[in-house]
Amino acid sequence: MSEKKEFDRDSISNTLIIAIGLSLVCSIIVSSAAIVLKPVQEKNEEAFRQRIILDVAGLMEPGGDIAELFQAIEPRMVNLETGDYTDAADAERNVPIPDELDLAGIGQRPINAPVYLVMNGDVVDQIILPVYGKGLWSTMLGYLSVAPDGNTIKGLRFYAHAETPGLGDQIDKEPWRALWVGKQVYGSGDEPQIRVIRGPVAAGAQNPQHLIDGMAGATLTGNGVSGLVRYWTGPHGFGPYLKNFREAG
Amino acid sequence: MSEVRKVLIDPLVDNNPVTLQMLGICSALAVTTSLLPALLMCVALTSVAALAGAAISALRHRIPNNIRIIVHMTIIASLVILVDQLLKAYAFETSKQLSVFVGLIITNCIVLGRAEAFAMKNGVVMSFVDGLGNGLGYSIILIAVATLRELFGAGTLLGYPVLELTSNGGWYEANGLMLLPPSAFFIIGLLIWGIRTWRTQQVEKPDYQIHEVHRTEVY
Repeated sequence: MSEKKEFDRDSISNTLIIAIGLSLVCSIIVSSAAIVLKPVQEKNEEAFRQRIILDVAGLMEPGGDIAELFQAIEPRMVNLETGDYTDAADAERNVPIPDELDLAGIGQRPINAPVYLVMNGDVVDQIILPVYGKGLWSTMLGYLSVAPDGNTIKGLRFYAHAETPGLGDQIDKEPWRALWVGKQVYGSGDEPQIRVIRGPVAAGAQNPQHLIDGMAGATLTGNGVSGLVRYWTGPHGFGPYLKNFREAG
Repeated sequence: MSEVRKVLIDPLVDNNPVTLQMLGICSALAVTTSLLPALLMCVALTSVAALAGAAISALRHRIPNNIRIIVHMTIIASLVILVDQLLKAYAFETSKQLSVFVGLIITNCIVLGRAEAFAMKNGVVMSFVDGLGNGLGYSIILIAVATLRELFGAGTLLGYPVLELTSNGGWYEANGLMLLPPSAFFIIGLLIWGIRTWRTQQVEKPDYQIHEVHRTEVY
């Protein structure tokens, strides 16, 4: 113990040694962990996204191999303005969304956006569109599946949001998700007619094929979902792309 | 040996970091809406507390006093990042639910408090055991709160249905309040009441005694 007493741990040299040595050791531990684990994490991230896409397409089987099931899905890039496929590999730059069109509250959108086509042989069976927009607390990110008529919804799923637990988070729960299936986005024109209303859809409501029951206690979240679906199926979103399908059908 | 036992067992009830020392409350509110993320949070915090205790104790004769807290934070932060990275790699979906709260273990008063109060003065093994004990004390409370909240808020435990919900044709009407942060306050409050009724030595003496003043005494 007497040896320890002579050692001055508050000396400047010891302070520097400890500070520099500790920083070095810790930074090596942290950065090597990040590098070693990165491939596993990226695989998780990708598998999670693919699982959500499979889920919204109704192709996910319990215990199924995600990478294998995902073979049935063909990712493509779409130029949002023209509605045609493009060979561009990425989204390119963002363009601002005019305020009056910005139903999703996102401010800007990319020039090109990915779509995921569920193929049945050579025929498109479902079109899966990435959609996102502001809810009550958070940006909600999800996928919308549309039938090849370019109008009928086959499913809607969110994979990231921070809406109120127990109230707004019903957007990703089965009973509410099921309400979307079979609804029609468009009436006779090009403007999306679909929306989430307040409370349940009444029995004699006009055009019930466009209306979704609101969630009790989560009106603002419902409005957010309404807005983002209308934006992304509207003329500034995937509207021109879906129109090609409606005219072909 | 009995010393080690005492250091390990004491923080479970008699010196519980949450219910007696009132530390780590904010993460106890945030991650207890369901049991699985709460369990993962317990594992994360307990391992950080134990390893940080051991590391700081090993360096305790060399750590200069004036940069003491910075050294503690550096060690704790490195361990937290390590745990966070491991969770992202091997428990991906649950770690998504925990979001920032694993990162916030850095600021958890239990870890820093034990580093400063215990690890700086005791040996490596004892400091490890102390971190383990305090982590487990925190875990007991978190698991109790999360069990109650998931069971009565969603009718499930670890995602398996236990109480049949009315929305699925059962009899139990889910209590939405249980899923909101205030319910964790109520549950922790009730737990503290319960523990102090059982272990009366935990009841604090009032700091200030109100007594009746007769108006003739005022003048």
